[in-house]
Amino acid sequence: MKTSIKSNSILRNLVISILLSSMAVMGQANELSGAAHDFTLKSNQGKNLRLQDLRGQVVMLNFWASWCGPCRQEMPLMDNIYKKYEKLGFTILAVNVDEDSSDADDFLKSVPVSFPVLYDNDSKVSELYDVDAMPTTVMIDRDGNKRFLHRGYKEGYEIDYEKQVKKLIRE
Amino acid sequence: MKTHLIIGLLLLCFVGLSGCTGIKPWVKPYERNNLADPIMSLDRHGAAGSYIHHVYQAREGARGAEGGAGGGCGCN
Amino acid sequence: MVQGVVVVVTNSSLFSTIFGNTSKTLFFKAFFVLLITVNSILMAADAMAGTLPVDSVDILHHRFDGGGMEIDGPFVLVRKSIGTQVSVNGHYYIDSVSAASIDVVANASEYTEERTEVSAGVDFLHEKTMISTGYTNSEENDFVANSVFFSIGQDFFGDLTKLTMGYARGWDEVGKIESDFSEDVDRQIYKLGLSQVLTKNSLMGLDIETISDEGYLNNPYRSYRFFDPADTTKSLTSVEVYPETRTSTAVAVRGLYYLPYRASIKGEYRYFSDSWGIDAHTYEVLYVHPFGRQWTLEARVRRYSQSSADFYSDIFTHEGANDFLARDKELSTYTGMTYGGGVTYEFGQGVIPHVNKLKLTLLVDYLKYEYDNFRDVTAGDGLLDAGTEPFYEFDAWVTRASITFEY
Repeated sequence: MKTSIKSNSILRNLVISILLSSMAVMGQANELSGAAHDFTLKSNQGKNLRLQDLRGQVVMLNFWASWCGPCRQEMPLMDNIYKKYEKLGFTILAVNVDEDSSDADDFLKSVPVSFPVLYDNDSKVSELYDVDAMPTTVMIDRDGNKRFLHRGYKEGYEIDYEKQVKKLIRE
Repeated sequence: MKTHLIIGLLLLCFVGLSGCTGIKPWVKPYERNNLADPIMSLDRHGAAGSYIHHVYQAREGARGAEGGAGGGCGCN
Repeated sequence: MVQGVVVVVTNSSLFSTIFGNTSKTLFFKAFFVLLITVNSILMAADAMAGTLPVDSVDILHHRFDGGGMEIDGPFVLVRKSIGTQVSVNGHYYIDSVSAASIDVVANASEYTEERTEVSAGVDFLHEKTMISTGYTNSEENDFVANSVFFSIGQDFFGDLTKLTMGYARGWDEVGKIESDFSEDVDRQIYKLGLSQVLTKNSLMGLDIETISDEGYLNNPYRSYRFFDPADTTKSLTSVEVYPETRTSTAVAVRGLYYLPYRASIKGEYRYFSDSWGIDAHTYEVLYVHPFGRQWTLEARVRRYSQSSADFYSDIFTHEGANDFLARDKELSTYTGMTYGGGVTYEFGQGVIPHVNKLKLTLLVDYLKYEYDNFRDVTAGDGLLDAGTEPFYEFDAWVTRASITFEY
């Protein structure tokens, strides 16, 4: 008798405490400010790519890895956005953080993308951008300033990506 | 008695550590290459894994504390 | 401020009234403090989310062959996500038993039997918290078991640490074939698990589990033996008498290390102790070595040793020698060694449409148990004096063959 009453209360209180504690104020994107750090990395399109050279374009900087499920999930969706807005002065730079780039290339063989993929094997650029989630997406405007940040990827984030890209293109 | 001590210790550790809100993860999310490798999973075999625990539980006096999950890619 | 709230909440008389002050409820107090405190930190930053388990279908054929027993059957485990926050799972398992173990051969004759087990469960992901619950039912012709569990997992410190807490409740009905005999067992299980990433190449886990049983804890078919007062070279048997409660605690620590040439090594140690006087130590080492992208080999060694329960004896001096009397070999003093290996072959994307990964696995283990104070009464064709038979030992081959699909 006593035990079952305790168990019911325990269960109920456990659920309440979880709900209470999980009520975090969620912002899917942070607003950022300040200049985006310049860098140069090898790309999968042959030559090296420097961020500063893309001044005047809207840049969506994405950090991803072949071993990261959500990263793989969003790649084709990013490709759709790229194809749609590329002609309006927009590009995506997908910085791959795999230590061994062949893992990334294998993935790209089965899920090809049209935007440039950069190789950051020793994580220099990831450190520069203080990446604290996988994947991470930073929206950079035409003046080279960081504007929006996305940490992680969940279904529906691509809608926000598109909204922000459109906004930055119109500026 | 032992259980009390262990739980008490864990509790102390975490309540203490939680005061250090400045703790930064020492393994960055982009450094989890090896940890995300399936060979670094605590539970690689799913059904086969839980079956062998059942074999041992049926033939041995000991039970419990057989499994665990963790590590992995740490994504999202 | 939140710490203040936490202190007030856990010290209030209301909390004590609801939870009391037993060792079991200490688990809950600890976890509440942990959960609320940690989440208060996460609220300051943008809380993110973890990931649901991968959709999969796992089909295993299992087989145990040894100790006079042959048990095999299927085990199908299915996981499917619904939306982005929920994953459901279920399993179906059959043990098809033929032949008979030393327990039954000593007292009865061979038999065949089947045990069926089914389960259904749900995982719910909210930000970095995973809530899981499930129900399992197991049935055979003389035993029914039902259980439910509830667990919460939380990732923090940048996903380097994962804390899990679980509670399970079980209800068994112990019966006997061709009899109206029926007794119950009530079980409560408390689990606490911590996994911690140590370096880029290593992680460790700590698990604690306390199990509490109450009810009819013997096997209704088993008896104990004692020296025949009329002829001490022979023995007589009588029905076992077990305590009505059993509380056990197991603490296990495990570590995984990534070797630079792409392989992993795992070490585990578990200490077990219970209110029946059993102490057990389990050591296990597992080495996993992939070859290229598709083949993986593994090898493992495990050593199990336990000391007997206080009320266990192979042969008692006389009937009713103690309050409790048992002759179950699983309560005796013995050592079990396992030597095992396995091979896995993986197909990647493209082989079957919509399937991300297809894995074929074959695992084989050789088990050997040697008892230090349980004798083999079937040895010697009845010519040996009671209590002088050789100690029992047996070996077995365990085979697991599975196909896993990941979507």
